[in-house]
Amino acid sequence: MHLWLIPIFPLLGFLANGLFGRRIPKALINTFAVGSVLLSFLWVVKTLLALSPIETKYIEHYFTWIQSGTLNIGVDFAVDRLTAIMLMVVTGVGTLIHIYAVGYMDHEGGYYRFFAYLNLFMFFMLVLVLAQNYLLLFVGWEGVGLCSYLLIGFYFTEQFATTAGNKAFIVNRIGDFGFSLAVFLIVRQFGTLDFSKVFDAAKGMPGEASIGILTTITLLLLVGATGKSAQIPLYVWLPDAMAGPTPVSALIHAATMVTAGVYMTARSATLFMKAPITMDTVAVIGLATAFFAATIGLTQMDIKKVFAYSTVSQLGYMFLGVGVGAFSAGIFHLMTHAFFKALLFLGAGAVIHGLHGEQDLRQMGGLFKHMKITAITLFCASLAISGFPFTSGFFSKDAILVAAYERAPWMYWVGVLTAGMTAFYVFRAWFMAFTGEYRGHAHPHESPLVMTGPLMILAVLSIGGGFINVPHILEPMFAEHAENQALAWLSAGVGIVGILLAVLFYVVKRGMADSVAKAFGGLYTLVYNKYFVDEVYDAAVVEPLIEGSRTVLWRGIDAGLIDGTVNGVGRRSRGIGSILRLIQSGNIRSYAAWVVLGSIVLLLAIGFAGGLR
Amino acid sequence: MQNAVPLSWYLILSAILFALGVAGFIFRRNIITVFMSIELMLNAVNLSFVTFSYEFKQVDGHIYSFFVMVVAAAEAAVGLAIILTVFKNRSTLMIDEVNSMKY
Amino acid sequence: MTAIFFLIFAGLAVFCAINLVVQTHPIASALSLIGVMGSLAVLYLQLGGEFIAAAQVIVYAGAIMVLFVFVIMLLNAGAESATFQVSRFVKYFGAILLAAFLGLVSFIIQGALPRTEGVIFGAFQGTALDVGRKLFTTYLLPFEATSVLILIAIVGAIVLARKEV
Repeated sequence: MHLWLIPIFPLLGFLANGLFGRRIPKALINTFAVGSVLLSFLWVVKTLLALSPIETKYIEHYFTWIQSGTLNIGVDFAVDRLTAIMLMVVTGVGTLIHIYAVGYMDHEGGYYRFFAYLNLFMFFMLVLVLAQNYLLLFVGWEGVGLCSYLLIGFYFTEQFATTAGNKAFIVNRIGDFGFSLAVFLIVRQFGTLDFSKVFDAAKGMPGEASIGILTTITLLLLVGATGKSAQIPLYVWLPDAMAGPTPVSALIHAATMVTAGVYMTARSATLFMKAPITMDTVAVIGLATAFFAATIGLTQMDIKKVFAYSTVSQLGYMFLGVGVGAFSAGIFHLMTHAFFKALLFLGAGAVIHGLHGEQDLRQMGGLFKHMKITAITLFCASLAISGFPFTSGFFSKDAILVAAYERAPWMYWVGVLTAGMTAFYVFRAWFMAFTGEYRGHAHPHESPLVMTGPLMILAVLSIGGGFINVPHILEPMFAEHAENQALAWLSAGVGIVGILLAVLFYVVKRGMADSVAKAFGGLYTLVYNKYFVDEVYDAAVVEPLIEGSRTVLWRGIDAGLIDGTVNGVGRRSRGIGSILRLIQSGNIRSYAAWVVLGSIVLLLAIGFAGGLR
Repeated sequence: MQNAVPLSWYLILSAILFALGVAGFIFRRNIITVFMSIELMLNAVNLSFVTFSYEFKQVDGHIYSFFVMVVAAAEAAVGLAIILTVFKNRSTLMIDEVNSMKY
Repeated sequence: MTAIFFLIFAGLAVFCAINLVVQTHPIASALSLIGVMGSLAVLYLQLGGEFIAAAQVIVYAGAIMVLFVFVIMLLNAGAESATFQVSRFVKYFGAILLAAFLGLVSFIIQGALPRTEGVIFGAFQGTALDVGRKLFTTYLLPFEATSVLILIAIVGAIVLARKEV
C-alpha cells in the first residue's frame, strides 16, 4: 500500500522548494508546493478506497529504528478509522490552504521559503498521524512545533514575529517535557512504545494496581497536550502566533497542529479510560479553557485575535468531549472545526488582503458590497461555529454537550453558555466587518479566484460536513453515545440567542457595545487585557528565570567558574612559565653550571640506588 | 709485585683531570679556553677507558678511546669554525657577551 | 720503576691541567694542554696502549692542538682580565690546600677500593695489529659511521668559516 508515500510527497516538495526555490520561477514553486500536497491527498484517497472498509488496523513496518536491549522501536505507519479521518482532514484542508496561499502570498517576499516550510509541516503532521508508536508520534510532534516556530516567525525582520515564534516554541517545550516523561514511564511500565502492544498490555492490567501509574502517565500526556493544543495553562502562545501569515494561522493553528493534542488523547483512549481522575481533569481543563477564551474573544478588536481565542475555546470543547469519554464526538468536532475555523481564518485573510494589511475591526465596516464571496462564505462559517441547526458545528458540538450532560449537568450548562458567547463574538466580528459604514482608509477589493475558490469549498464543507457521521464511523473504536434531542435543540437555541444579541449590539443599536463596555469599566479592561495572564506569567516565571539565568548561570557559573577555570589553567601555565624562563639567562656558563649540578644529582641518585649493577 | 701501580691511581688521576676540566669550563670566560677545558675532560675519559681496557686485557677500550679522539677532532673542527663565525659577528670572545638567547 | 714514572707524569699532567685553568692568556692554556696530552701519552704507554699513545701524540697533540693554536693566533685573542677578586690567602695557599684535599680524597678512595693486581709495564700490549683486527671486524659499523661524521664535520667547518660572497 506504500503508506510512506503519503508524507514523502510533501517532503519532496520541501526539498525541491527549499534547495532550488531561489532560482526557479514562481509557477514552478507553486507546482511543487501545491502539487505535492495534492498528490498526498490523492494517495490518501486511493489508500482508503483500497483498504475500505477498515475493520482492522493496517500496519506497514519499514525498519527498526532503535534496538536497545529489550526495547525495540520501529518505523511503523498504520491506518485505522481514526487515522483515516485525520488523514483526510489534514491532506484535504491542507491542499485547499496551499491553493489559497498561492494567492495570498503573491506579493510577499520569501515566497519559496514559505512554501518549503509549509510542505515540511505537512510532512511532519502526516508522520504524526500515521505513526504507530509514541516515539514516531513524538518526532512528528516536535517537527510540527519546529515548523510552527519557523512559520510564525516568517516575517523575521519584525521583532514581534520572532518573539511570538520563540514564545510558541518555548511554551510548547514545556508541554513536550511532560510528554517525554510520559514516554519514559510508558517504556518503564510496558517495555515498549508500540501502540498495539501498549494498549493490549494496559487492557490486561488489573484495575486497582494500575490506576496509580496510568494516572501519572496520562496526566503527563495531558501536559503535553495542553502545550500543543493550547489549553490552560499553556495556551498563551496561540494568540501571539497570529503574527504569522494568515494561511499559517489557518493551517497550523486552527485545522491541524493544534488538534494533535486531541488526536493523541483519542489515540491513547485505552490508557485514559483506565484513569478516571485524568479524564475528569481533561474535561475540566477543556471546559474552563472554552469558557475563559470565549470571554476574552468577546472584547478583542483584531480580527485574527478574535478567531485565535475562538480556536482556543473550540479546542477546549474538543478536550471536554474527550474528557467525558465521548472520544468520537471530540474527533467529530475536530473535523468540523477544521472546516469552519480554516474558513474563518482564510476569510479573515481575504479581508486583510483586500484592505492591504488592515486587521483592526474598528477600521472595517460595510465591506459586504466590496467582497461578496468572502462575506457569504464567512457567514456560512459563522453559522457553523455557532451551532446553527443542521450546520456541521451543530452536530459535532451538540454531540459533545450531550455527552457532557451525561457526565455532569453543570458541565452542560457552562458549555451552553460558552456556545452562546461563541455565537455572539463570531457574529460581532462579522457585523463589524461587513455591515455599516466603511471606517477605514484603504480601497477594499475582492480576492482572486485562487483565494475565493478554497473559501467556497470550505463553506460547503462547513455547512454540509455534519452529515459525515463520524461517531458512527468511529463506532468500532469508541462507543457511541445516546442522542438527546431536547438538549441538542436547547444549545442550538442558545446559539441563536447569541446571534440575535450580536445583531442587537452591532447592527440595530450601534454604540451600545461601547456604552456597555464603559459601564463595566474595570471588568472590561480586565477581559480586554486577556486577564493579564501574559503579564502574570512574565512576572512569575519568565523574569525570575531570566534573572536567575543571568546572575547565577551566566555570571556565576559560566563566566566565573568555567571560564575562570579554563582561563585560570592558562594563567597558571603562564605563571609557571614565567618563573621557569628565568633559567634561560642566555649565559652559557650558568647553563654549564646547571649541567654539572644535574650530573652530580644523577650520580648521587645512582650511587644511593646501588650503582649501575 | 712491588713495581705494580695500583689501577685505582689511574682512575683517581682521571677523576682529577675531569674535575679540573669542569672547573675550567665553568669559571673561564674566554670561549677558546672553555673549549680547551672540554678537550681536557675528553682526555680524562680516554685515560679511564684505557685503564679499564688494561684491567680486562682487551683492546676494546683502546678502540673506544680511538673513537673518542676521532669525534673530538670533528668536534674541534666544527666548534672552532663556529667560534670564528661568532667572533666575526659579535667581535668578542667573551662567553658572557654572547647571551642574545636570554628570555 | 713503573710507579716512579707514573708519579712523575701524573704530576706533570695535573700541573699542566691546573695551569690550563689558571692562566689568563689562551696561548698559555693551549700549551699547557699539549703538556697534559703528552703526559697522558706516556701513561697510555705504561698501560700497554701503544697504538693509542701514538695516536694521542699524532692526532690529538699534533693536529687538534695545532688547530687550536692557529685559531687563537688568527683571532688575536688577548689575555683575559682577572676573573674574580680572591683574597691573598687563597692566592698563595689555595693550590696547596686543593692538593691536600684531593690527596686525602684519593687516599680514602684507594683504601676503599678492592686490591687488584696493579699495572705492570709490558703485561699487556695493545698492538696496532690487535686494534686493527678488532676495528675492522667487530667495530666496523662505528668505524664507517665516524668516517661519515668526519666528512660532515669537514663540510660543516668549510661552510661555516667561508667568507660571505
